[in-house]
Amino acid sequence: MKNDIILRVIGKLLIPFILLFALYVQLHGDYGPGGGFQAGAIIAAAMVFYAMIYGLSTARRVFPDWLVESMIAGGVLLYLAVGFAGLYVGGNFLDYFVLDADPVTGQHRGIFWIELGVAITVCGVLLKIFYLFTQRGQDQ
Amino acid sequence: MMVAVVALTRSRNLFAVIVLFGLYSFLTATVMVALDAVDVAMTEAAVGAGISTVLLLGALHLCNSEEEKPAHKPWLPLLVTIGTGLVLVYGTWDLPAFSDPVAPIHTHVAPRYLEQGPRETGVPNVVTAVLASYRGFDTLGETMVVFTAGIGIIALLSRRRYVRRGKQ
Repeated sequence: MKNDIILRVIGKLLIPFILLFALYVQLHGDYGPGGGFQAGAIIAAAMVFYAMIYGLSTARRVFPDWLVESMIAGGVLLYLAVGFAGLYVGGNFLDYFVLDADPVTGQHRGIFWIELGVAITVCGVLLKIFYLFTQRGQDQ
Repeated sequence: MMVAVVALTRSRNLFAVIVLFGLYSFLTATVMVALDAVDVAMTEAAVGAGISTVLLLGALHLCNSEEEKPAHKPWLPLLVTIGTGLVLVYGTWDLPAFSDPVAPIHTHVAPRYLEQGPRETGVPNVVTAVLASYRGFDTLGETMVVFTAGIGIIALLSRRRYVRRGKQ
């Protein structure tokens, strides 16, 4: 599909909006439907779309393997870090209301960071699975 | 949905099966929207219809696109499936009716989450409040599951490549 001009132009138009929508789903998850899992899946879908149009090697230049692999672990570590931050400030594991002087602001802060962690891990895992599957096809 | 399922079971062309799977996922997403579970519908549309379709197409690229004739008769699996289905239907008889206000699920912790949630967490979306705050530990477990799946895929698929290189 690399040489299909319609797909290339439409893809170039659409991908920024897909990514913007993913960010909206991520950051607006407190107020509307959505959250980390959905946002991570949408970002991964945008990258898969990009890889299908512009080729796998181009996509791997944008999102290299080391970055994807560290995203898989980084998201979980970020989540755990929020849990230990609550422990450090003086609450229980994964207590958010101790993260700020105002408990409600603390809750917001904790939810923001753990949703970010979920999004990073989900996006990394889905991209890694996609890379590994397509790469096997090219090796043979 | 019924049409999609019947076509899925009848078709021998795997490409058609994958496209029908995507269609089925989208139909499931619309059912979720009808049940007011927009968060689940979003996940279903993005993961079920989008990414898993692409992954299955990638897997199809590695194998034949026509399904082989089955080596054995389908009667025993059919019997097991129908039996399990009947047992499950029997189990639903004891469940409270759909949207019954005094069902146990609505009288346990749900009212507390609905009443106190927005005030305690300042998050208007109750799904996010429960998922990320009240049940933060469960969500950590879920993230761990996704992480483990990714690590497992890496261990399975990239190791085989190195083994083949070693033989050459």
